[in-house]
Amino acid sequence: MKLPKITFWRVVFAAVLALGAWSAYLRFFRGLGASTNLSDQFPWGIWIGFDALCGIMLTAGGFTLMGAVHVFNIKEWRAIARPALVTAFLGYLLEAFALMFDLGKPWNIWHPLIMWNPHSVMFLVGWCVMLYLGIMALEFAPVVFERFRLEKPLRILKIVSTPVVITGVVVAVVHQSALGSLYLIVPGKLHPLWYTPLLPLLFFVSALAAGLAMTVFESTASARHFNHALAKPLLLSIGRVLLITLVVYAILRIHDLFHTGSYRYALQLGYEANMFWVEMALTIALPIGLLLIPKIRNNPFSLYIVSIITVLGFVVNRLNVAVTGMEAASGVRYVPKWSEVSVTMMMVAFGIFWFAVAVKYLPIFTHEHERPAAAPELVKAA
Amino acid sequence: MPSAILYDATLCIDCKQCEQACATQNKNPYDDSIGKEQRTSDHKFTYVHDTFGNEKFMRKLCMNCLDPTCVSVCPVGALVKHKEGPVSYNADACMGCRYCMVACPFGVPKYEWTKTIPRVRKCIMCPDRVLAGKQTACAEACPTGATLFGDRDALIAEARKRIAAEPGKYVPTIYGLNEVGGTSVLILSSVPVEKFGYPPAAKYGEKPLPPLTADVLEHVPQVVTVGWAVLGGIWWITNRREIVKESEKP
Repeated sequence: MKLPKITFWRVVFAAVLALGAWSAYLRFFRGLGASTNLSDQFPWGIWIGFDALCGIMLTAGGFTLMGAVHVFNIKEWRAIARPALVTAFLGYLLEAFALMFDLGKPWNIWHPLIMWNPHSVMFLVGWCVMLYLGIMALEFAPVVFERFRLEKPLRILKIVSTPVVITGVVVAVVHQSALGSLYLIVPGKLHPLWYTPLLPLLFFVSALAAGLAMTVFESTASARHFNHALAKPLLLSIGRVLLITLVVYAILRIHDLFHTGSYRYALQLGYEANMFWVEMALTIALPIGLLLIPKIRNNPFSLYIVSIITVLGFVVNRLNVAVTGMEAASGVRYVPKWSEVSVTMMMVAFGIFWFAVAVKYLPIFTHEHERPAAAPELVKAA
Repeated sequence: MPSAILYDATLCIDCKQCEQACATQNKNPYDDSIGKEQRTSDHKFTYVHDTFGNEKFMRKLCMNCLDPTCVSVCPVGALVKHKEGPVSYNADACMGCRYCMVACPFGVPKYEWTKTIPRVRKCIMCPDRVLAGKQTACAEACPTGATLFGDRDALIAEARKRIAAEPGKYVPTIYGLNEVGGTSVLILSSVPVEKFGYPPAAKYGEKPLPPLTADVLEHVPQVVTVGWAVLGGIWWITNRREIVKESEKP
């Protein structure tokens, strides 16, 4: 048997997995207290702020691209719809996995199915996760069926594909905005720089932008890694739509700051204001400023850099809502414990790993008409 | 009839009988060192705040709101408001999302962080006693009448009478009368309650919090149907264009 080659990234991956396994042991055999810095004052940490809020936000390219290609019939985006769908599917699976760590009693995760409370945003969030996972399984199944040339189930799925995609877009939109709605109930706790009745809309629009940026980022990154070219016009048109989405977001966010009067807090220098300005720079000033320059907008590599900035910016935004903005009212300063960070890193590592595996073994960046005449043996492909 | 607890801080002597009775009622441990703990926690659902000095005391316990935020946010309905007053908790239904802790305006629910099968812990206003027509354990144990249990309206009338009788003695408002829509715990005090860590009355106002999310959730069916119709319409148009284009091919 051939042993896998030892490379830098494989060592990192193994280390992340080993630490993650140790953290998982602490979490499930010693409890949340031993594995996190959460407390009665600060009950939600990065497992909600990053794993859930950022994780789901970064999957938004999935419903955006599926909707754009299969409903709006934007043909030139077709090549990138599948990678986006795979990201979304993986993102949701990992989010469900990450929830096992955060929930106090994860074995009760299915309870919202039979114990209803339609007044609860969390109830809606739970249902959205379950429904959209099922829908994405249907959307993703053709990729697997194509790979193994199962023509009959492919034909059946083709018949229901349009209603499935439409339902997926609707559920995903509701889910993205519901994650913002979660915080509508804490007017006295979330800092006014982030608390606004507009939270659901802001979460939705920013998810569109972050999802598009993520799609540009991961497609370019995997194209570089797997040595296949991406159509330039495709990337450039996504860049233009990203710019428009960012501008819409900027108008909503800035108008809302003045409308609610919260802009005043931005001028009181301090922890919250500093984090607010970092967020504004990374989500609005930098990406919009850069994308407005035609030379940058029309170059795949600089677009790649802008997409990384945008993704980082909206990650800061979500963490500001979940952590920065909640600290002052809680009376404690929350810094995640090493084991919290390590579980989150394990989720990211799993995401990259499974995305790479999917791209390698399934027709993700290729298409039906491009696939080989006969399904190659799995062993050979490996 | 909705019942309530009236706590008159000016009658409190810091004997901690309520703490002891609460611990017994809820099967929590209690000894001298727990008696000294100046906070509510997973094993202490009420305490008498005595660090303010000058013989001024203040009880802390779950307010058992009339329209409780925790009940509205719980995804599985593990928290329930009884019409008699108590806000009870069903640990078997709970999945441990801790949204109740995030949402509670009074910071009441506590968590068993050290347990591998953790529960949310808080004062639940003795539902087994109250639903059987008895008073809460803390009210029963109170030797001075600082903690009274009874019909909410009757207790409000009593509180108003006390304020009117000795206007200089009390802060002239009943805390809990209208805060976040009113609570089943009413507080009279000579010192503003916010000095003891309660949110000031103005912070959340007199409206209950649950509509903040419930009103948004009401729009979800609309968003779903309109969204479906619009996307379906767009698909129909784009699909039709394709069919026409196909048929026009030579």
